[in-house]
Amino acid sequence: MSFKATPRESGGVTVLDLSGRITLGEGSALLRDTIRQQLAQGRKKIILNLGDVNYIDSSGIGELVSGFTTVKNQGGEMKLLQLTKKVRDLLQITKLYTVFDIHDDERSAISAFGPN
Amino acid sequence: MLPIQPFGVSGESRMSAEPQRIEVTLETLLESVALAEEIGVRIAEAAGFDEDDRYKIGMAVREGVINAFQYGNEQSREKKIRLVFELTPDKMVIHVLDQGLGFSLEDVADPLAEENLMKASGRGIFLMKAFMDEFDVRAAQPSGAEVIMAKNYRNAESRTRESHRR
Repeated sequence: MSFKATPRESGGVTVLDLSGRITLGEGSALLRDTIRQQLAQGRKKIILNLGDVNYIDSSGIGELVSGFTTVKNQGGEMKLLQLTKKVRDLLQITKLYTVFDIHDDERSAISAFGPN
Repeated sequence: MLPIQPFGVSGESRMSAEPQRIEVTLETLLESVALAEEIGVRIAEAAGFDEDDRYKIGMAVREGVINAFQYGNEQSREKKIRLVFELTPDKMVIHVLDQGLGFSLEDVADPLAEENLMKASGRGIFLMKAFMDEFDVRAAQPSGAEVIMAKNYRNAESRTRESHRR
């Protein structure tokens, strides 16, 4: 399944609905470009909805880390939503689970940004 | 009447000391990464591994070939990546060989160390180690690195049982 990233607005936050595989090449590159596009448009509160992503390789993990850092360096915040078991397990073994702000439901992810 | 043996998985070879061996030569291309993963998953399926182990083997093959593609062969298309699968009576052994300069595991940074945690790369070797039961790197001949990893059958009987089902 090819990777897709679809942005939408929800409660003043940009939610990127991701689906497919985030792997070396197309998936990682598209995720990077999509995050950069949001930042370029001044959207600095970003949620990555990973509910339909069931495969990430080392390159995809790197892209999540890189996206998190890029958004933070521009004064924004990036949170992760609805991890599948495989993605959750990968973030746990790589010790990144506690680095990211991870939520199971969208409302709690949005409210975690707090007021402006 | 002679029993029908599954294609390529005869009872005789399964029990013999000689492992079944499948060798694939890949070009140093991005497309080779997904192809290698798919080959690895299919061989693992034929060997009787369950879905969870097939995922882990596929990921380990993918990471091994990414390593050969990016760091070993440095994306030079004229260099080749050799992928060898061996099915022994108790485990699946995978070799990934590149034509680069080679590397030592001692020189690979720990991605779990605090100073490396937020780095965008450097997790491939770690994932291979985490997902396989055995892992090592040695110098390939005449040059390059050879990643060797193995996955044990969870139950020594599982492969025999799965093979007889087919």
